[in-house]
Amino acid sequence: MTPRRTHLTILLLSGLLSASAHAANIQITIDKLVYAPAEVSAKVGDTVEWINKDVIAHTATARNGDWDLMVGPSKTARLVLKKAGAVDYFCKFHPNMKARVTVAP
Amino acid sequence: MFAKLMTAVAALCLLTGSAFAQAKLTDPQIAHIAYTAGQLDIEAAKQALAKSKNKDVRAFAEDMERDHSAVNKQALALVKKLKVTPEDNATSQALTKQAAAERAKLAKLKGAAFDKAYVDNEVAYHKTVNGALETQLIPSANNDELKSLLQTGLKIFQGHEQHAEMVDAKLK
Repeated sequence: MTPRRTHLTILLLSGLLSASAHAANIQITIDKLVYAPAEVSAKVGDTVEWINKDVIAHTATARNGDWDLMVGPSKTARLVLKKAGAVDYFCKFHPNMKARVTVAP
Repeated sequence: MFAKLMTAVAALCLLTGSAFAQAKLTDPQIAHIAYTAGQLDIEAAKQALAKSKNKDVRAFAEDMERDHSAVNKQALALVKKLKVTPEDNATSQALTKQAAAERAKLAKLKGAAFDKAYVDNEVAYHKTVNGALETQLIPSANNDELKSLLQTGLKIFQGHEQHAEMVDAKLK
């Protein structure tokens, strides 16, 4: 095995290892003012992605004040979950949009 | 007594959106009304941004300007695609007239009095437009894409109505 090959193998292996230990990525779509799915379950360390398909800006704002993300039109916003618990969230601009993330330890 | 009653009835008609009391609307008319309603709210927002110093009121006005501009841009793209020319009509004219009167009234106010009057009117205005969307514009729309845009518009404006109510509650 050439040194270059070894290097590549190590890179690949470490990539695999980190992928298996890696936290999950949870996607929530915002389309026509609806968060879908409206309820998701996650674990501390997981990343939640809000993908906004609307032409207007939205937010994902936690009712308990833990987080407040702006999701611009046709943009994606990400959040790494740091605390366990059920969090209800809504859109500050359109408070008729509501959903929930339940975070396990 | 009768005159007083008639004034009350007239005021009630204004509040409940007599601008919308008219016969069956066509798609070009519906497109014109929806676009006009959005533009009028943008103008109201511009007046608020020029006059208000309240953080919540300004943030709300910015949201209105941004959302209604985005929706109207979509509406223009749709009418272009459908080759529909929006048609001016009595409802659009009545809405424009009412909004001009409201702007003139608000122009005379300052500070907290302006903020309260602007936000109160935003609640009432979105209620009126949403009622009209629900009971008249959406059911009357023929084209499916127009209907769908109006339905999304209704959800957005219902959000604005709730947002306005939240800002209003903070002003009290």
